[in-house]
Amino acid sequence: MRSTLKLAVPFAVAALALGACGTKGGDTTPAAGASGGAAKVCDQKIGMFGALTGPNANLGIYIQNGVNLALDDYNAKHADCKVTLENYDSQGDPTQAPALAKKAIDDKKVVGLVGPAFSGESKAADPLFNEAGMVAITPSATATTLSTNGWKTFFRVLGNDATQGPAAAKYIKDTLKSTKPFVIDDATEYGKGLADTVRQDLGASVVGTDTIQTKQTDFSATVTKVTASGADAVFFGGYSPEAAPMIKQLRDAGFKGTYVVADGVKDASYLKNAGSAAEGTIITCPCVPPDVAPEFQTAYKAKFKEDPNTYSGEGYDAATILLDGIGEGKDRKSMLDYVKSFDKKGVTKQLKFDDKGESSEIKVFAYKVENGKIVSIGEIK
Amino acid sequence: MQFLIDNFAALTITGLAIGAVYALIALGYTFVYGVLRLINFAHSEVFMYGSFAAVWVVMILGGNVSGSTGQVIFWVAMMFVAAMLMSGFVAVVIERVAYRPLRKRNAPPLIALISAIGASFVLSEAMGLREKIARWFGLDDTLRDYVSNSRNNVPLPTIIKPQGVFNLFGYEVTNVDIFVIVGAIAMMIVLDQFVSRSRLGRGIRAVAMDPEAAALMGVNRDRVIRVTFLVGGVMAGAAAVFYLLKIGITRYDVGFILGVKAFTAAVLGGIGNLRGALLGGFVLGLAENYGSAIVGTQWKDVVSFLLLIVILLFRPTGLLGESLGKARA
Repeated sequence: MRSTLKLAVPFAVAALALGACGTKGGDTTPAAGASGGAAKVCDQKIGMFGALTGPNANLGIYIQNGVNLALDDYNAKHADCKVTLENYDSQGDPTQAPALAKKAIDDKKVVGLVGPAFSGESKAADPLFNEAGMVAITPSATATTLSTNGWKTFFRVLGNDATQGPAAAKYIKDTLKSTKPFVIDDATEYGKGLADTVRQDLGASVVGTDTIQTKQTDFSATVTKVTASGADAVFFGGYSPEAAPMIKQLRDAGFKGTYVVADGVKDASYLKNAGSAAEGTIITCPCVPPDVAPEFQTAYKAKFKEDPNTYSGEGYDAATILLDGIGEGKDRKSMLDYVKSFDKKGVTKQLKFDDKGESSEIKVFAYKVENGKIVSIGEIK
Repeated sequence: MQFLIDNFAALTITGLAIGAVYALIALGYTFVYGVLRLINFAHSEVFMYGSFAAVWVVMILGGNVSGSTGQVIFWVAMMFVAAMLMSGFVAVVIERVAYRPLRKRNAPPLIALISAIGASFVLSEAMGLREKIARWFGLDDTLRDYVSNSRNNVPLPTIIKPQGVFNLFGYEVTNVDIFVIVGAIAMMIVLDQFVSRSRLGRGIRAVAMDPEAAALMGVNRDRVIRVTFLVGGVMAGAAAVFYLLKIGITRYDVGFILGVKAFTAAVLGGIGNLRGALLGGFVLGLAENYGSAIVGTQWKDVVSFLLLIVILLFRPTGLLGESLGKARA
């Protein structure tokens, strides 16, 4: 979802060189293995890699909750041989990712990872996991390019931005029946990537486009462009800090159309900052709404006293794949083939990967802001 | 280009509204520069603290969109009181802590500049970390609504719904637009009169022209400087209220970009010149909007700084010329 800070690349390269020396003995340690699991290895771990503190911590914690729930399920069934969770708190910062990745790789008890959660840190850490042969299943990173690097250990249990963009365009065209859409982006890798796809898919009907800057607060020129174009829908590719004041100023200027945004805006701060102007906003997200998996929703609510949030179910699924593998006696090395041929029903979807590690079943959902809450209005088909 | 012509009225009014905010902040830069020959880079944080005071006072009073006219007037009045008090207070504290000790030791102006930048960081980060600071005192639960998510946007509860008042060449001019533009100009006139007519204003002009001669004539220099900072702060507080009514959100680092813009406006109009700050603010606001319309919003800042450079090439002292003393006698 987030893809920033190219700074991390040099660090990643440096750490790669170091990591290569560090992992030599790694593959051989857990002695029991694919050969049937007669001698059971206990005391194994799975890792959770993502922002658990810092400004983006909410997303990491939603995922971590899902992972913890999967762990509870597993440990209840395997009380004699429990698996524990090791947290790698990146704060969503790509510059911290390589060092944490190395730490995970060096811990021989870690069989596989859930994460990294964001696209930027995935870019920095995934090459190391690939080198070490450690499976990393991301429940939330959506940058399209991640699956095109030939990393054989990269898997993701959700759709990427190349599926979210067309879905948003489809929604604007087919459901909203917009004849005059206006497309805005924030010039970030994420926002521009999405907006470009939407613009392309909507084609000639687009009445205008504009690019804003992150941290901008006064959108008067953009607002004038939108109102002057007579747009009946606005798509904004970007994050909530800009999305909220933008819609507020659009509504203040009398814009009556629908505001469509993507998963970068799906958090509570958007609702708070946009206030009543947020009403009716359509948010697209490859994240599965809680009511699709009622049992998961009930279990989650019982443990965390709230409904599953963005990417909780995906976190649960990613962890379940790894735990199933451990249950069948897989170690770090044999886990890779196990995940590659995995094909079971998870709480969010059928869990199966293509040869690039992309989820073979991809769904994008539409959400709507109603009475100050983000509610699911079903899949975009 | 066609777009600019078709939407000239809309772009002009919204440009003037944001320009009014720039102008009021620019006053603080210009005022201090006129008296001390010093750019007070911490002035952007003075604005930021005012904006938070204004938001908090509305939250405390429970302001909402369904208030009666009387209530709305009361809320807005309280926003002004809170923001002006807070901004004025912060400005005076900055002067006391960051500048006066240096002045007493006759430090060179560059040192004061560093001190200003340092003060700016300290103030901005203190606001950005207010959740942690509240936790030190065990107040983070009591003050949750005011300090949580301290690095995120903080919205002003909507108290005025913008409504079209009259139609100007196809653009519905809203009550908020009118309030912001007229309010800013009114403040400017009051300040101009204060400086040119009152006793304190005379002192300010005297210190600006010749500090030593003023001191010999019995003007208390320290007092004049303190008043200068206070007045600049109060104006920034007013700017914060206008900004919030127009934009609706604030953040711990909101001062940075606005500060740069306001400083630009001050230089554009002629730094040290009060009427220049007003003119500079309006010109900058308009240039940004027209520029965005012609070449695209992402070029907004490029256009305004290009304009600054061009104007300074032909008029190195700004549109109305420098100096607080001369231009406004």
